[in-house]
Amino acid sequence: MALLDVRNVTLHFRGLTALADVSFAVEQGSIYAIIGPNGAGKTSMLNCVSGVYRPQRGRIAFDGREITALSPALRARLGIARTFQNIALFKGMTVLDNLLVGRHVHQRAGVLAGGFYWGRGQREETAHRVVIEGIVDFLEIQHVRKKVVGTLSYGLQKRVELARALALEPKLLLLDEPMAGMNAEEKEDMARFVVEANEERGTTVVMIEHDMGVVMDLAHRVTVLDFGERIAEGPPDEVRKSQDVQRAYLGEHFGPLEGTGE
Amino acid sequence: MSTLEQLGGDETFPKLLLRNTRRFGERTALREKKFGIWRPVSWRAYLDAVREFSLGLTSLGVRRGDKVAIIGDNRPEWVMAEVAAQAAGGASVGLYQDSNLSEVAYVIDHCDASVVVAEDQEQVDKILDMLDRLPKVRHVIYADPRGLRSYRHPVLLPFERVRALGRTLQASEPRRFEEAVRQGRADDLAIISYTSGTTGFPKGAMLSFRNLLEMALALHEVDPKREADEFVSFLPLAWIGEQMMSLSSALALGFTVNFPEEPETVLENIREIGPHVIFAPPRVWEGLTSSVQVRIMDTTPFKRFLYGRCMPLGERVADLRFARKPVPLHWRVLHGLGHALLFRALKDRLGLSRVRSASTGGAALGPDVFRFFHAMGVPLKQIYGQTEIAGISCIHRQGDIQFHTVGQPIPGTELRISEGGEILSRSGSVFLGYYKNEAATVEALRDGWLHSGDAGHITEDGHLVVIDRLKDVLRLADGTRYSPQFIENRLKFSPYVKEAVVIGGQSRPYLSALLCIDMGIVGKWAERQKIAYTTYTDLSSKPEVYDLLEREVSKVNETLPAAARLRKFVLLYKELDADDEELTRTRKVRRGVVEERYRDVIAAVYGERDAVDIDTTIRFQDGKTARIQARLPVRQMEREVA
Repeated sequence: MALLDVRNVTLHFRGLTALADVSFAVEQGSIYAIIGPNGAGKTSMLNCVSGVYRPQRGRIAFDGREITALSPALRARLGIARTFQNIALFKGMTVLDNLLVGRHVHQRAGVLAGGFYWGRGQREETAHRVVIEGIVDFLEIQHVRKKVVGTLSYGLQKRVELARALALEPKLLLLDEPMAGMNAEEKEDMARFVVEANEERGTTVVMIEHDMGVVMDLAHRVTVLDFGERIAEGPPDEVRKSQDVQRAYLGEHFGPLEGTGE
Repeated sequence: MSTLEQLGGDETFPKLLLRNTRRFGERTALREKKFGIWRPVSWRAYLDAVREFSLGLTSLGVRRGDKVAIIGDNRPEWVMAEVAAQAAGGASVGLYQDSNLSEVAYVIDHCDASVVVAEDQEQVDKILDMLDRLPKVRHVIYADPRGLRSYRHPVLLPFERVRALGRTLQASEPRRFEEAVRQGRADDLAIISYTSGTTGFPKGAMLSFRNLLEMALALHEVDPKREADEFVSFLPLAWIGEQMMSLSSALALGFTVNFPEEPETVLENIREIGPHVIFAPPRVWEGLTSSVQVRIMDTTPFKRFLYGRCMPLGERVADLRFARKPVPLHWRVLHGLGHALLFRALKDRLGLSRVRSASTGGAALGPDVFRFFHAMGVPLKQIYGQTEIAGISCIHRQGDIQFHTVGQPIPGTELRISEGGEILSRSGSVFLGYYKNEAATVEALRDGWLHSGDAGHITEDGHLVVIDRLKDVLRLADGTRYSPQFIENRLKFSPYVKEAVVIGGQSRPYLSALLCIDMGIVGKWAERQKIAYTTYTDLSSKPEVYDLLEREVSKVNETLPAAARLRKFVLLYKELDADDEELTRTRKVRRGVVEERYRDVIAAVYGERDAVDIDTTIRFQDGKTARIQARLPVRQMEREVA
């Protein structure tokens, strides 16, 4: 059974149709990519899954349970985490504090116990710190763990954002352009982390990405959106050959669509 | 005269490990920062790991005389694997963790290792890539399984599985390990240390336990270490200097070795540990100095005021001590005040509060940096030696520091200068020879004297002065002798200069230099001057940067005799890099490679052109290439046109 099942989702903003009857299913343990030109509705799709937008029609099921009407907070509790196209971290806080925020859904101590800190609050925070240190080690950000996020380079901030999403220990990780604005080396690192999050931690990943090389290398399946409509779906090799995809990406005078990375 | 007698027969690393476990038991031998917390490994746990891994190696077929290659960052598993290999009767061969594929393949194959211990996926990948050139390798053992989950190669084995094999053997033959250790002798081969050398293939220097331990004990006599001392291991363990501290000295003297979390966190980790003993090459000391200077620029006016007042005071006192003159009482009082106001806090910031033994080696360190550390009360000393003499032959003595020398020989070391001006040394630490390279051994070792290949002289008060590599000392057009390295070192004492290569010699009418700027510091300078730049290449070609460097070069010229002054210089468009074979892994310039690679630039310098166009392709390690197109100006020194 698919971990994420999106059926006939349609989303309008007043007159504008952002998504028109889009369906796809993401298998447990896979990496799934959504690609398409600017304004194709990729981020809208991700927002529907994470609960920022409510589609007017269609349904979304996660882990066998209908979530179409749930709030983003409830979806996070079920195990859906995401990163944003424009980094959304607390810039004035340290990396560690940002990651502890990522553990919020798992925190049980109330205002009182947490506020006084001793006893239960402290024990709980120690346990969370253990999880977070595992992620710090995993993403190789030991050298910045006590730095304030706003002082870090862009590439590192992207990595911290991924760390915060992983701190939630999600079943499903939504990545909105994780490689945007990175140099070749940073991209390579990020690609490695995505693969490892998938293979080592067993996290299912849905990502939006522009770099075709990355998509072709990482994704197990791909959906292509164009003007809110799904124009292709399948393994990357097949999608690459699709005429519709080539037209959408390259206009009328199209040539073969090649990966650009490695 | 053997100092080895102090050890009472425990004259190998495995025997010393057993002795230390008897003596210290649960005390901390090693410490590693993992998941944000320093985790101690007691001497007993160290021994257990070594015993199990050693028996595991025996189960895998490692026999007396076999070699085990080790590659990775500084981790407890590295030193455990080394002592385990030695306990099994083998020798360990360390590889630099940043070695590229062909270096890895050459050393592992040349040393005949059948087992390779690799830290992680990065190192395993290198070995698997080259496996068809490594017919003798039967097992590749990895310490960190991350990313290796899907690897199915038959040679691969995790570290823990080897320990489990060892436990099985231990259960059936409980005396096997102790028995094997007892058979070890001081004169057994302990390690083969490959020196990358500035020319040709690396050579494998064979060192016995006697070599390594005599050196550690002799150094200890003049630069004592205590059992309760802390040491941070952050230089490549393949390098003899790190072997000397983290293995020979730590095992012989029983201090604690700390392993940083990651290479990026070294400075932070040093501060957390507050080591008593620290050994680092000049670039680390220079880095600390410039980090302080940069941060002082950005701090509050009050702190800047304090720094501006106290530092000259400290330097004044340091200078008096260097000159071995008495420090007048009022200066001592002021220095005490400086300590309370600044130096104490500064040392704490750098993690140097508890340092009793600080040394620098591998290259020359500028007087300014020396003075900086002595001013705040860090007793920095210069050391000198070669891999072939187990690391060290000379060191500054307490209270007798001279910038231009490398100190006096350690006890048990004889030193003399040959007729040709070469530095020769003899001691119990002189190596056994190069592995499978008789010709090189004969050349380096004559009548027990180690021929260093370095030119130098001994001063009246017994200090050794090192000039340069003997073969690099050249005659100028007018017949005077000069040492390019001497000038290069002076250039590199400037914070703006990262690398310098001086070109000249008989066929050329005058000297010139190829310089690489220090991107961090020149970049910071450019920001303050409001000069916009993009890349290293761009920054290097700015006229303002050329002006800045011209001032630095002319300062150096003032200290040189007329014939040895630099007439021209060029700022290179990229940094010299060990991956491009321009530097050795210990960051020494390979003069031949540089002269060959930049021959167009050199031709332009001597061809009296004022710029040279560069169009070159650089190849990255992963096979990608990038094209660099630039116009390099050749700068003529104004005042030198005589």
